[in-house]
Amino acid sequence: MRPRAQIIQKGNKSMAFSLKGVHVPHRKNTADMPALRMDPPKTVTIPMSMHIGAPAKPTVKVGDEVKVGTLIAEAGGAVSAPIHASVSGKVSKITDFLLSDGRTVPAVILESDGSMTPEPSLAAPTVDSRESFIEAVKNAGIVGLGGAGFPTHFKLNVDPEKIEYLIVNGAECEPYVTSDTRTMLDRASDMEIALEAMKTYLGIKKIVIGVENNKKSAIASMKELKARICDSCDVQVKSLPAIYPQGGEKVLIYHTSGRAVPTGKLPIDVGCVVINCTTLAAIGEYLRTGMPLVEKCVTVDGGSVKEPKNVIVPIGTAMSEVFDFCGGFSTEPSKIVYGGPMMGITVPDASAPVMKNTNAILALTAKDIRLPKFTACIRCGTCTNTCPFGINPANIERAYHKRNTVALSELGLTSCMECGCCSFVCPANRPLVQTNRLAKALLREEQAKEGSKS
Amino acid sequence: MNKQLTLSASPHIHSGRTTSRIMLDVLIALLPATVAGAIIFGWRALLVVAVTVAACVGFEALYNLLMKKEQTVDDLSAAVTGLLLGLNLPANIELWQCVIGALFAIIVVKCLFGGLGCNPVNPAITARVFMLIAFGSMVTVSDPVVVDAVSGATPLSSEVATPLTKLALGLHGGAIGETCAAALLVGLAYLLVRRVITWHIPTVFVGTVFIATLLTEGMDFTAALAAILSGGLLIGAIFMATDYVTSPVTAWGKVIFGVGAGLITFLIRYFGVYPEGVSFAILFMNILTPYIDSWTKHKIFGVGGKKA
Repeated sequence: MRPRAQIIQKGNKSMAFSLKGVHVPHRKNTADMPALRMDPPKTVTIPMSMHIGAPAKPTVKVGDEVKVGTLIAEAGGAVSAPIHASVSGKVSKITDFLLSDGRTVPAVILESDGSMTPEPSLAAPTVDSRESFIEAVKNAGIVGLGGAGFPTHFKLNVDPEKIEYLIVNGAECEPYVTSDTRTMLDRASDMEIALEAMKTYLGIKKIVIGVENNKKSAIASMKELKARICDSCDVQVKSLPAIYPQGGEKVLIYHTSGRAVPTGKLPIDVGCVVINCTTLAAIGEYLRTGMPLVEKCVTVDGGSVKEPKNVIVPIGTAMSEVFDFCGGFSTEPSKIVYGGPMMGITVPDASAPVMKNTNAILALTAKDIRLPKFTACIRCGTCTNTCPFGINPANIERAYHKRNTVALSELGLTSCMECGCCSFVCPANRPLVQTNRLAKALLREEQAKEGSKS
Repeated sequence: MNKQLTLSASPHIHSGRTTSRIMLDVLIALLPATVAGAIIFGWRALLVVAVTVAACVGFEALYNLLMKKEQTVDDLSAAVTGLLLGLNLPANIELWQCVIGALFAIIVVKCLFGGLGCNPVNPAITARVFMLIAFGSMVTVSDPVVVDAVSGATPLSSEVATPLTKLALGLHGGAIGETCAAALLVGLAYLLVRRVITWHIPTVFVGTVFIATLLTEGMDFTAALAAILSGGLLIGAIFMATDYVTSPVTAWGKVIFGVGAGLITFLIRYFGVYPEGVSFAILFMNILTPYIDSWTKHKIFGVGGKKA
């Protein structure tokens, strides 16, 4: 279960040991399937928070006519992103929407006229400076499409002097998910446009494209891309061991640049900017056509799905309609998940919409998700010996149950990226990463209490 | 959708490796030594092992029943304790003594501390030490029944050197499962292949005894080899010292544990009143394990220096 430490090349000379992780079943059934565009749905539900940060503010009223790409909500703050209509038709409702994290935000519900007419005022943006480039990324409504949904314009809006590495995340380490693979295969030209723009306007000197070595064709496609752009810039395509969580931001930075991001710091603090390959393609597409982020390629898979596929879906489409496009269910699913099975979020019913940062929707059968019995910790240490960051989740669990916040902070809880390796390998099937999340909440609560006292 | 969907925190898949499967692997790895013990010491060896396994499983089941706890015998850890205890006893031991040993291992050492994962010391080792003190030398030696074997006391306490081939095959006096080095090494290979244990504790433990003996005996390789092939060193280093619950978690912790256990074994063998010190050595290192664990924690990535 514990992969042997792999030796990776760092630069040209020195060698470093790679971080640990787990071998997950790949189940990349859809890797060879180019994405199909589904018919426009009758209605779409677009939540105002599909990103980290302040929710967007609706700029439309019930009854307003919209076209594909029409602005329907503006950024609600510095860390926020605007949102655009994904179908043409009219605004039928603005209602409350319960997010999976428990927050309630407004959602704009659009009724489609079925024609998918693009907004006539859309045109490729004029970009001639760093500011206008970042403005363009912001106007496109682009957020981190790998899953986190961090507003991309905010991430890029740093002192260009500080950026030493631009790291393109094509690791895609979650089982099932292949939408990034399809981006690298089918949208390399859009990625190229975005990389060229970033070279020009952000002064990027070094680009590393990190791809797991189980995606041979994607690596080949990225090498062709490298050949096209590397005249003025140092571009590297790095084939990385297919060990989960290779695509975790700090893991990827360490394995591509050899730098360790300190806990509580950002990648830029070690001179790195990480951008997901699909995010990059979305930037390229906007620069080329002026069409903001209104649709998303999602991998539709899992034991219940009759015909697993990659599907291009207007944002806000109900999952159930996407599943129907894939032939519906062969067996009743036990769980429906946004994202991959290692970090994905379950939904209470299939009417939940596809969002900007959705890269896969999985309908898993009882067999897919069968978990062993929950038993006593046998102190085998597999959790800490598997943790990419060397945290000891079993000790955190014990400290959490004693509500010992002093021990919790000493155990490095805040370094945890919640990749789930510990829970995946635990022979007693203890909910370790889940307890880490609860423990983080407890720690935050405690700190807030102390903050209010002083 | 008429059926309710399950809502749960990620991850939604599991490696499939379970506690009971790990325990089953240990039982499988002990099979060669059990068979060898039955051949060398006769049918009564099997009877002893059967009694200790049945008693251990029975006591745990009974305890859970009486204390109204969830039944845990299906995790097979009680069976492992029973088998290890049986293999560490001589074939001619009184059966009631076996039952007392099992009672001590399961009820006193394991269940009273909170069951699997909570015992501070290894139940089988502790029960063996308890029996050694309670019942005396009856506990270490029985004569082989196969012809051409060396009879009498364990090679560690005999004046005449036992030939190395006899040691490797286990054709000499001792506890049921500890004498046949070849069978124990097959078990070790199985545990390593199945990744149930890592090489650290067995190698370092045995290596320390080997080097210490070698230096003391004036670079006499035969004596050093004899030292690691006799007594309970191999079964202890492979199966008892590697018990997850009572041994350190990280590789460096395991190395420290192995060196400590090896040195104590060597010291007891040369300077102690008992001919064998493996059980005491493991027991002592069990008690030190929480401290070793806190000295040898992994460095957390992103905190302080660079490397995880």
